[in-house]
Amino acid sequence: MKILVCISHVPDTTSKINFTDNDTKFDTNGVQFVINPYDEFALTRAMWFKEKQGATITVVNVGNASTEPTLRKALAIGADNAIRVNMEAIDGFSVAQELAEVVKSGEYNLVLAGKESIDYNGGMVPGMLASILDYNFVNACIGLEVEGDKATISREIDGGKEILSCNLPLVIAGQKGLVEEKDLKIPNMRGIMMARKKPLSVIEPVSSETTTSTKSFDKPAAKSACKIVEADNVEELINLLHNEAKVI
Amino acid sequence: MSVLVFAESTSEGKFKKTSFEVTSYGKKIAEELATNLVVLSINASENEALYKYGAEKVLNVSNAELSSFNAKNYTSIIVQAAEKENAQVIIIDSNANGLYIAPMVAVNLKAGYASNVVEIPSSTAPFTVKRKAFSNKAFNNCSISTDVKIIGLAKNSYGLFENEVSGSIEDFSPVITENNLKSESIEQTTGKVTIADADIVVSGGRGLKGPENWGMIEELASILGAATACSKPVSDLGWRSHSEHVGQTGKPVAANLYIAIGISGAIQHLAGINSSKVKVVINTDPDAPFFKAADYGIVGDAFEVVPKLIEKLKEFKVNNA
Ligand SMILES: Cc1cc2nc3c(=O)[nH]c(=O)nc-3n(C[C@H](O)[C@H](O)[C@H](O)COP(=O)(O)OP(=O)(O)OC[C@H]3O[C@@H](n4cnc5c(N)ncnc54)[C@H](O)[C@@H]3O)c2cc1C
Ligand SMILES: Nc1ncnc2c1ncn2[C@@H]1O[C@H](COP(=O)(O)O)[C@@H](O)[C@H]1O
Repeated sequence: MKILVCISHVPDTTSKINFTDNDTKFDTNGVQFVINPYDEFALTRAMWFKEKQGATITVVNVGNASTEPTLRKALAIGADNAIRVNMEAIDGFSVAQELAEVVKSGEYNLVLAGKESIDYNGGMVPGMLASILDYNFVNACIGLEVEGDKATISREIDGGKEILSCNLPLVIAGQKGLVEEKDLKIPNMRGIMMARKKPLSVIEPVSSETTTSTKSFDKPAAKSACKIVEADNVEELINLLHNEAKVI
Repeated sequence: MSVLVFAESTSEGKFKKTSFEVTSYGKKIAEELATNLVVLSINASENEALYKYGAEKVLNVSNAELSSFNAKNYTSIIVQAAEKENAQVIIIDSNANGLYIAPMVAVNLKAGYASNVVEIPSSTAPFTVKRKAFSNKAFNNCSISTDVKIIGLAKNSYGLFENEVSGSIEDFSPVITENNLKSESIEQTTGKVTIADADIVVSGGRGLKGPENWGMIEELASILGAATACSKPVSDLGWRSHSEHVGQTGKPVAANLYIAIGISGAIQHLAGINSSKVKVVINTDPDAPFFKAADYGIVGDAFEVVPKLIEKLKEFKVNNA
């Protein structure tokens, strides 16, 4: 089995979000970049297929050279090789198109991605990719088993889960549950050393057609101070929620 | 030309509340573009309910084969409806199923797609919408450059607006093709309000010390008709199921009221719940970061405050019944 894992390079979850150039660009000053947390779940599940079923794992990112340390980290966790499509990730559709080219030329029949990138929050690249390729697609995936060319997938639905089955080829967009938090791997020294020698190929984009573009960013309005209610006066809280906030 | 809204219904044929929100939103956009609103429903039993929110025309698909959600079929139905109605703008709820199908609809229609949109377009030429980004820590003003545009509307961001029209229902029979993506089973916790649907969410954190103390959280939620949720460590420790984990890497919460009990208010937690309208915190530590994000707070021990709150809320419910 040849697995492709789509890795988005995102600011660490603790990052302060600021913008520059008249609020048109994300301010990367002092920001640590990491593998998108959902993609880490996908990569960890891919490692399970590698260890148990002898799959090979390629990781891919569409981005400029600054994303390479993130791809190296994925190699240190255990991916076999990496591809970077040398293009600024402008919108979900253009990224999906480039990924589709990578999938076609590498003949991957299982593509694992995350349900959303925590910076753009598009939740669109995996579904678009599957549609372009005419592959099956399951979103919000919390379980995946593959036997031969048959896959069994669980997906989270409102208030429960759905079990689905389909044939490969397949794209999934994963989240926690696909693997447990405790299964996430931190790269060890040996992994980091080995990652330096693993192939990371840089390829040029084939198209640059976009459908959306970011004009500017806004920050949420500052909020008013919290009203403190005395612990022995819960009636007052009920009163405020009923008469002032009107939510109960 | 038209604006097409997809109004999702439950397997019992009842519209989800957010279906009325997307309809209200679609009506507003149709007015701005001086065009008609068409609402697509699949196996819904009360299509007339959409008239109240401005649906002039309801395209109704009734087909027993579609009794449960199938992403490929639903995608194809929306695409066929959009083509038939020559839809310029398509609005889909950014809920679990909507987020699943919208990217596929977009590719099929060669349309640009913006998810988690929170407002009416700030301009229609260029077509620009405001959407959530950086996990609720910011917004992104995004222009869609294609002829057909798809908007995924974030829950509880626009609201319901009544706009009664005398609408009509048209039967629609799209072509459904066999596909090998099959639903094998659905496991649903019945009788419980889900985080996605809830107007109120009661959430517990590590401050509650252990799973045995969740009785009062459940009770408070049941009095309020609320869903229960928890912080990430609580689900990692196995005190509560993963499906309750809310935050940046868990479920987003966009409720009217979010009550956080024994939760410190870490940046990743707040990111996920920040779009809730009113936030209440109950925490022993007055310096807990949650107090900076909350609207109302009680500095106190959950094990004393919550039982009192339950007692007083019961009285309140009796008096306001
Ligand atoms: C990559 C990444 C992603 C993450 N994603 C998420 C996420 O999606 N969601 C999430 O929740 N977290 C997330 N976290 C974890 C986050 O950083 C915090 O560790 C977590 O939110 C803390 O949970 P907590 O508030 O329940 O526990 P704690 O931080 O331990 O806080 C417990 C609180 O309870 C209070 N308390 C103690 N006793 C009582 C009492 N008797 N009565 C009332 N209050 C009491 C304490 O004062 C304290 O403020 C993420 C972390 C990382 C690194
Ligand atoms: N630039 C990118 N390169 C590779 N994969 C990506 C990129 N952007 C998004 N993805 C994948 O698509 C998923 C969803 O991203 P998004 O649609 O941006 O929310 C991510 O979790 C990644 O798996």
